[in-house]
Amino acid sequence: MNSPLDAIPYARFLGVGVERRGEGVETVLPFRDELVGNAVLRALHGGVLGAFLELTALLRLLDEGDATRVPRPINFTVDYLRSAGPMTTRGRAEIFKLGRRVAVVHAVAWQDDPERPVAAGNGKFLL
Amino acid sequence: MSESQEYVLAPLFGKAMVDLIAHTPHAKHLGMRVVETAPRTAVLVLPYRAEFVGDPRRRVVFGGAITTLLDHASGLAVACAMTELRAIATVDLRVDYLRAAVPDRDLYARAECYRTTKNVAFVRGVAYEEDPADSFASCLATFMLGPGNIGGAYARALEEHRKGGER
Repeated sequence: MNSPLDAIPYARFLGVGVERRGEGVETVLPFRDELVGNAVLRALHGGVLGAFLELTALLRLLDEGDATRVPRPINFTVDYLRSAGPMTTRGRAEIFKLGRRVAVVHAVAWQDDPERPVAAGNGKFLL
Repeated sequence: MSESQEYVLAPLFGKAMVDLIAHTPHAKHLGMRVVETAPRTAVLVLPYRAEFVGDPRRRVVFGGAITTLLDHASGLAVACAMTELRAIATVDLRVDYLRAAVPDRDLYARAECYRTTKNVAFVRGVAYEEDPADSFASCLATFMLGPGNIGGAYARALEEHRKGGER
C-alpha cells in the first residue's frame, strides 16, 4: 500500500514497509544480511532497530493526519530488550501526548511474539 | 604509549590502520569507516548518500541514520576501553538532535567511553560535519559487558592484525 514512508528515502533504504492492521498501522522490516550488526549471532544492528522505531513513531504521527510538514525529532531514546535475530521485525507506535508544538510517541518492535519486544523507543517530535 | 598498553585493542589504536568495520555487515553496507581509535575513544565517518535522507524537501539525513552512526561509534569506544575482550550489548541509547545536519556533507561521530564498572559501560558522543564543538547531534549510551567474547568483530580484527604482523 502507499504510505508516507515511500517519501522517506531512508525507509526505502532499510526496506521498511507498512501494513494497516485493524485500527492501526504496523511497520514491517524484512530481514536481510545487510542489516546485521553481529555476524556471529546474525543479530540486527542496534542502529537498524533504532532507525526502525523512529520511522515507526514518525509514521504514527503522519498517520494522525493534519501535519502540514514532516515532524522533526527533538530526541529519541531506544531501550534494547532482546537480541533481534534473522527474521522479520514488526513495529507499532502510540502517541502518548499530542501537544500544540510537541508530540511524545512510544514505539515498540518485536519479531515472532508481540509479547516479547526486542526494542522500545520514546521520541519527542516538534510539530 | 605505555598508558594505552593495558587496553586489549591497543595494537589497533591510531588512524584506522585496520578495518574495524569489516566484520559488521550493516556498517559496511552504509559505507561507514573508522577515522581513528584511541584509549576509550572512537571516531567514525559516514559519507553522505542521498539514500540516507529523511526529509527530501530539506535533504536532511534521517535521524535513524545518525542514531546508527552514534550507536556504532559508542560500541567501538567501549571496545577501546576494554582491558580484555568481552561481549558488548547496548542497553539504551539516547540521541538529541541539536540541529539539522548540513546536506551533502560527510557525517562524523566521536564517542568516548567515560566510565566503566565491572558490568556496565557509559558512553557519550557527538555527531558533526567538521567540528566536534559544533555538533548536530549528541548521544548518551549504556552497555552491558558480558562474561566472554565469542568470535566478535573486534576479536577477528585483532587476530587479522596479529597475522599481518607475522607475515
